[in-house]
Amino acid sequence: MCACACLSEAPRGSGPGPLGPFLLPLTRGFGQIGRGHKITTYPFSPRKKGRKGMVQSQGWVRRYFKAFCKGFFVAVPVAVTFLDRVACVARVEGASMQPSLNPGGSQSSDVVLLNHWKVRNFEVQRGDIVSLVSPKNPEQKIIKRVIALEGDIVKTMGHKNRYVKVPRGHIWVEGDHHGHSFDSNSFGPVSLGLLHAHATHILWPPKRWQKLESVLPPERLLVQSEEDCL
Amino acid sequence: MRVFLGSLGLEQIFTLTGKNPDGNSLWCSGPSMEPTIQNSDIVFAENLSRHFYGIQRGDIVVAKSPSDPKSNICKRVIGLEGDKILTSSPAGFFKSHSYVPKGHVWLEGDNLQNSTDSRYYGPVPYGLIRGRIFLKIWPLNDFGFLRDSPNGHRFSDE
Repeated sequence: MCACACLSEAPRGSGPGPLGPFLLPLTRGFGQIGRGHKITTYPFSPRKKGRKGMVQSQGWVRRYFKAFCKGFFVAVPVAVTFLDRVACVARVEGASMQPSLNPGGSQSSDVVLLNHWKVRNFEVQRGDIVSLVSPKNPEQKIIKRVIALEGDIVKTMGHKNRYVKVPRGHIWVEGDHHGHSFDSNSFGPVSLGLLHAHATHILWPPKRWQKLESVLPPERLLVQSEEDCL
Repeated sequence: MRVFLGSLGLEQIFTLTGKNPDGNSLWCSGPSMEPTIQNSDIVFAENLSRHFYGIQRGDIVVAKSPSDPKSNICKRVIGLEGDKILTSSPAGFFKSHSYVPKGHVWLEGDNLQNSTDSRYYGPVPYGLIRGRIFLKIWPLNDFGFLRDSPNGHRFSDE
């Protein structure tokens, strides 16, 4: 069937006319060898006589365009979904997390891997470095360390209240570079709904390639944690 | 930009978690938005307004609850950042005001007697807003765009 179809679409202008029937077996063989190539020109609309060359090149262009569109409209949403929900990469600006991130200041910014998947259920641990939507400016993301979870009592550094109990559904975040950090000491506990991602690794520069550990700075041990109360 | 929006539109077909970034139909429960939205109504929310920071006073928004990030609340925006909000009862003798801080909004339900909202938990960060509700699709006898607030006086910047 395919071979017949190929033959019917075989270029008529190219082969010698009167010798056609004798060359039939040869062209049939060619059809089978070049099967993939010939079949792909088949589905396109009937060619007009004398416009064989143009229709074939148009067919090629249309085929390419269709494949491109299919790939594009599948690949782009999949990529956007992945970057939005699973993991993405971001450059860290500023000095609020020194010396853990950006120890070189403005000379070299660290690039970190942000893991969205880990925080999809809003589960974080004390000591995690997380990125969140800034409560003062929703267009900006900030990256800080989680110091306390809901129910903990924190001894603040520069907040209007000396001791703060973190309300339900909130966390207390601080930058490692105290005094140079716009964090919970300025804006208070933040709602877990603002959590964006968990920064797990430094990816760039290569000499700073490392996994970021979830450790609380020793001077930031809690006054009282939720577990103590139980 | 158009391609970006187009791809977002298609992301709804491929998204892993089922959350539609362009719009969601939501099932509402609770009495806090009566009479505008009744219990068990189904409404449609769109997500573009929050990305372009086009949320206005008087919009009904769906936001993550400040005290429980896994649940959503559905309230009306009474004040944007910088607005002066009347926090005490308007009939009371001593009126107390406060200003909505930067990056936050003040949310209140339409059913003021039966709504825990910003009067209880304070201003809500803008980043918690997930979408703007603009259309009610069920029940069918109440199909259409949502009414303005029945508590008109709450909007005044006295």
